[in-house]
Amino acid sequence: MSLIAHLARMEAVEAGRAQPLATVRHRHLSARPLVLVPLTTAGEAGAPLGALVGTDPAEPRLLVVPQPRDREQRFAFLAELAEVVLPYVEGYADDVEPVERKDPATGEKVLVDLCADAPQLIVPSRAGIAYVRLLGRSMRFRRTAEQDPDTPYPAPPRVPLLGRWLTHYGERARVPGSSLLLAATDLLNRHWATGQSSLEDQHLGALLAWIDAPDGPGAASGAEAAHRAELGRDERGQLLCPPAGPATDPAFDNQLLAPAIEAYDRARLGVGAAEDGAAAELALGALHRAEGEVRRLVASQLKPTWDASWRALALLRELPEGARVADRWTRDRWSFTAHRDRITAGEPPQPRRDDAVTAAAKLAAREQAQGQLDAQEALDDPLVLAGRRLAGEAFTGEVTEVVMAWTESKRPAPRPLVTVRTGDRPHLGGGVKAYRSLDGRPQAAEFVALEEDGSVVLRLLDKMGRAKEPAPGTVPEKGDRIAWTLFEHDQRSGPKLPDPEETPWTHGGPPRHPEGELPDAVTPEDLL
Amino acid sequence: MSVFDPSSAAAEATAAILADTLHGTARGVVVDSPPGAGKSTLVVRAALELAAAGRPLMVVAQTNAQVDDLVLRLAEKQPELEVGRLHSSDSDPYDRALDGLERVRKSAKAADLAGLPVVVSTAAKWAHVKNVEPWAHAIVDEAYQMRSDALLAVAGLFERALFVGDPGQLDPFSVVGAEQWAGLSYDPSASAVSTLLAHNPELPQHRLPVSWRLPASAAPLVSDAFYPYTPFRSGTGPGDRRLSFGAPSDGSAQDRVLDEAAESGWGLLELPARHTPRTDPEAVRAVALVVRRLLDRGGAAVSERAEEPVPLTAGRIAVGTAHRDQAAAVRAALAELGVSGVTVDTANRLQGREYDVTVVLHPLSGRPDATAFHLETGRLCVLASRHRHACVVVCRAGVTDLLDEHPSTEPVQLGVTVKFPDGWEANHAVLSHLAEHRVRWTP
Amino acid sequence: MSTSLDDGRSRPAQTTDPVPTPASRRRTRERLAELRGPAVPPRPLDARALAALAANPGCRRRALLDGAGVDKAALAAKLGSPAPFGQSQFAIVRGNSFEARVKADGGRELLRLLGVEEPGAVAVPDLSAAGPEGRTARTALALREATAAGGWTLLDHPLLTLEVAGSPVHLEPDAVVVDPAGRWTVVEIKSFPMLDGSADAAKVGAAARQAAVYVLALERVAAVTAGAEVAHTVLLVCPKDFSNLPTASAVDVRRQRAVTRRQLARLTRIDEIADALPEGLSFDVGGCSAAELSAAVEAVPHAYAPECLAACEMGFHCRSRAREAEAVQTLGRSVRGELGGLTTVGAVLAAARGEAGDPEDPAVAALRRARALRQEALGEAAACR
Repeated sequence: MSLIAHLARMEAVEAGRAQPLATVRHRHLSARPLVLVPLTTAGEAGAPLGALVGTDPAEPRLLVVPQPRDREQRFAFLAELAEVVLPYVEGYADDVEPVERKDPATGEKVLVDLCADAPQLIVPSRAGIAYVRLLGRSMRFRRTAEQDPDTPYPAPPRVPLLGRWLTHYGERARVPGSSLLLAATDLLNRHWATGQSSLEDQHLGALLAWIDAPDGPGAASGAEAAHRAELGRDERGQLLCPPAGPATDPAFDNQLLAPAIEAYDRARLGVGAAEDGAAAELALGALHRAEGEVRRLVASQLKPTWDASWRALALLRELPEGARVADRWTRDRWSFTAHRDRITAGEPPQPRRDDAVTAAAKLAAREQAQGQLDAQEALDDPLVLAGRRLAGEAFTGEVTEVVMAWTESKRPAPRPLVTVRTGDRPHLGGGVKAYRSLDGRPQAAEFVALEEDGSVVLRLLDKMGRAKEPAPGTVPEKGDRIAWTLFEHDQRSGPKLPDPEETPWTHGGPPRHPEGELPDAVTPEDLL
Repeated sequence: MSVFDPSSAAAEATAAILADTLHGTARGVVVDSPPGAGKSTLVVRAALELAAAGRPLMVVAQTNAQVDDLVLRLAEKQPELEVGRLHSSDSDPYDRALDGLERVRKSAKAADLAGLPVVVSTAAKWAHVKNVEPWAHAIVDEAYQMRSDALLAVAGLFERALFVGDPGQLDPFSVVGAEQWAGLSYDPSASAVSTLLAHNPELPQHRLPVSWRLPASAAPLVSDAFYPYTPFRSGTGPGDRRLSFGAPSDGSAQDRVLDEAAESGWGLLELPARHTPRTDPEAVRAVALVVRRLLDRGGAAVSERAEEPVPLTAGRIAVGTAHRDQAAAVRAALAELGVSGVTVDTANRLQGREYDVTVVLHPLSGRPDATAFHLETGRLCVLASRHRHACVVVCRAGVTDLLDEHPSTEPVQLGVTVKFPDGWEANHAVLSHLAEHRVRWTP
Repeated sequence: MSTSLDDGRSRPAQTTDPVPTPASRRRTRERLAELRGPAVPPRPLDARALAALAANPGCRRRALLDGAGVDKAALAAKLGSPAPFGQSQFAIVRGNSFEARVKADGGRELLRLLGVEEPGAVAVPDLSAAGPEGRTARTALALREATAAGGWTLLDHPLLTLEVAGSPVHLEPDAVVVDPAGRWTVVEIKSFPMLDGSADAAKVGAAARQAAVYVLALERVAAVTAGAEVAHTVLLVCPKDFSNLPTASAVDVRRQRAVTRRQLARLTRIDEIADALPEGLSFDVGGCSAAELSAAVEAVPHAYAPECLAACEMGFHCRSRAREAEAVQTLGRSVRGELGGLTTVGAVLAAARGEAGDPEDPAVAALRRARALRQEALGEAAACR
């Protein structure tokens, strides 16, 4: 975090409410996102307890696992989740537009399909993103009865497919600037500075308390409201604002959930032990009530987070979208389209761990995406640019003089000298280049000299056409105010890596290809 | 007990390295080279011998400056050798000094340089070379500063390779998280050498045992603090290097710390404890004043390189900092004092460079807290190992307490080899040594 | 970095700690008992608490309260900021059943995780004895016998002792394995999963720091046991993927051991902290009023940082005090980095607005530029709307 962001936090402390860190919205928000609020069982790796999921804030679908240690119930939960998520995802698969692309093999231009829009998944917090990954990992190697008739515990039909989609979304979430899977806390933290630390900012309730603090005299300050959200408990010791999950509050587990699950277990035993129809009916009624109680409890923990997640989205929608956000969303659409194609082509699920080439390719792509995100956010948002100006990585100023000059080659090309008056202190020196955005495309200049009064002299290098005289509008004029960056606006793509089959000896040679990945080992008493 | 003879120890190591490289059966040879141990000399020698043996050779370095430097050294050592300099298509892609070399051919296309006995370029440029006949041999320079993914992109270009580098300097890094690959043998964000050895543990590993740069006063400390399990020695003995001044001390703190450093090889100019921003004006000014006096007092360096004392000029002095803005502040302070020609740079940029005297602004000076960046062993190691004669460290008091109060709650990734020493230990080792050469700042 | 590591001997000690004499120890113990409340038994420290000392070694408040054996959770509750720590019974049940599974089959499962398929006979000595001293002695004896026997031995829940700030602390690792060569390996059993060979790095780090405490304690015993050596890697056992099958990974804890050793050495300076306190101060939770306790706590300086909230029972109490004082580190440790001598939010904002501060101070100058740039950008954005 930069000094300018720290300053914003201190202003938030003083004001008692969050302060802006951005003047535009830097992430794409779908018109119809799918919000998923999951809860998990403490101490178990990926034994879900329940979830609220849906695209309508008023009508979430409640999924509950009354006894998380029961494999059948967990499978039922996942099957139900697939029933909600997959139709939503697949709803975007068929609406495509043709786009011209260079075929990497032949270098020729070909028309390919690009999905016109992509499904967007919103979870409350970063832990939620990790949980999406975990769910994806737990499902994608499962075998259905159709895939493997001998599998001892066949998964419901669509569960492995849901695993592959969640895995894809979880992996895409690691790409800087991508918006396929977002956490509400990350979204809020990108756009507002609170008067607390970034660690405390991971608490969705406290974070919203700072940002959504009520106005007016007598209203609680953001700090007080956040404190209440973090620690406030009712007379039974239950948190007023339950954690955003997927972990539950231990006091909830111990005081409320555990007894309710025990009651449910007893009721199930009662159903098994019923000796006649009347007793069975009574027992079933008891079981129904016990299950209802667990559902009610789980829903009570989920609902505040569900509402908070939608509130976060509503707050973000109030900000206008940054100019280059759509460009990044197009990349997300490519990512979605490519995964759709892999599934259609019948490719196996993503492996457990990346091979050497895939890992290197992902790292390169993410570094490129990070550079692009940093540049685009600064170009889209004067407040982000201010941070870069403070760091000496950009400057804005007024053009005070333009002197035409040309290259000394046989066909002279324009190389005008532009003097810019600025109060900023960019890190300029020999060989340093500066860029400005000219109709959305970067125009490069090189640093020539620093004048006595702090003015900067630059020599424009490109985007002025092929003629001797620069094309109209391509050279700044006296009086223009221009933002220059010392960083490039586009990122060069890295070198092409070898095919995985040609992994060199330094990296262990080609990966061994077993017949796809085997499913996880399971034992009868396994919990998932 | 036999007397340690640095020349023969180094010669023995070099002979073994060359034997493995030229006549060994392993596909790779790894050489660890502590600061100033003759890595460049080794690379040039190995290149010439491979060329003489008729093995087409590609050399991979990490920066354009390193590439140009290597080409110049090769041409100097063997002017008749044909050398290719593969460069980027950016403007001003290589050192213009190469234009004066008749046998050096330069091109942005690898095909233009095909058939030359030696072709040199950066890892980044090599990574774009495709569809060529692989080279029989490669030398990978600064291999510990090269990332695993960069090696992946070029390793298909050669059959066998000699990997040379300094494990104690700054590790490569990534601007995005790479935790998901931590513990994998081919973690793309790890160093090229760690991936190479994880997959080929049987490769011969050598070590250059003698630092020719570091004086007898510095080698034991640097070796002990930063290379605790792979010690090295100084090539020169106590008294082989001497630093003297034409003008006597004026009694100021800067003169006294210079005298201390001239005498003992180390000097600590300690400012009063205080939390300061990075560009602590008082510390920056103290650094500049030390440099000014170093030049004013007419320093002369006596070493094994020359019979006569060599005047200590601005070009033989460097100032090292942790951050760019600190370097900029020191440059401004030096300019104010009328000093020019002194190198002022960050640890990252001083890697691989050598000076007679260095003045270092301690990375933790004035900081309210230590961070992983400031504690990184390689950073301090680079700053403390650039000098042939003496190193003056400028630092605020209180760093020891700062280290003691630094929280140690680092996450641990399964399967990742633990690195030694850690920054805490190395920093303490250096500070406690410096404490013996302390001069308190009196403005 | 180094590829050939030897036993990882610690670097030469850089700080010279005064060697405590029996008399000074007794004095410290008495002084700490007085602070805790003479009638109050000290809250026993465990490995987790000792390892947590490294979370904020600069905090005198925590060092003193831990050193004196004050029940911080009770203290925090009485001060009105109860620590929100707790453990779900689901996690406890699961953890216990997993540990039982790991230790089933007479230790063979555990040895298999160590890579020993055919251990022959595995001795599992009975370590029960009366009282902690008895159990500690029994453990030491079992270790000695196991080392002399030259076979495989599994010590299930041995008890070890480490002296901390003049008082013995009893430590109970999940297990220690003795191999035929006399090498002792600490086994740490955790119920978080190892998923495809990797695990939550923060949790592994915490486990490593905890295990390092056991290694230190074992080293004390090994020093007086012929032929014994303590392994510097510990065996971390976790459930594999989504199953309840155990899997294991060797974790090198030399760094954590070095850190813990330093922190334990620092704890000997507790008497300095105690000596600086006014006479008659007491942290007796039962015997003092909240106001008295609050005053007593205030007399010991804290070093609050947001990380404390997850690591110390007093975290929320100290946070409210730090916030009242407008300390900048309530916003994060790193915030202080560029602020130089400015330590409060008020001072920073005043400097940024030009109301206070020396414009020659680079921190002040940077803040003014930061504020001007921020205002300019916000104004520009507002004008565009």
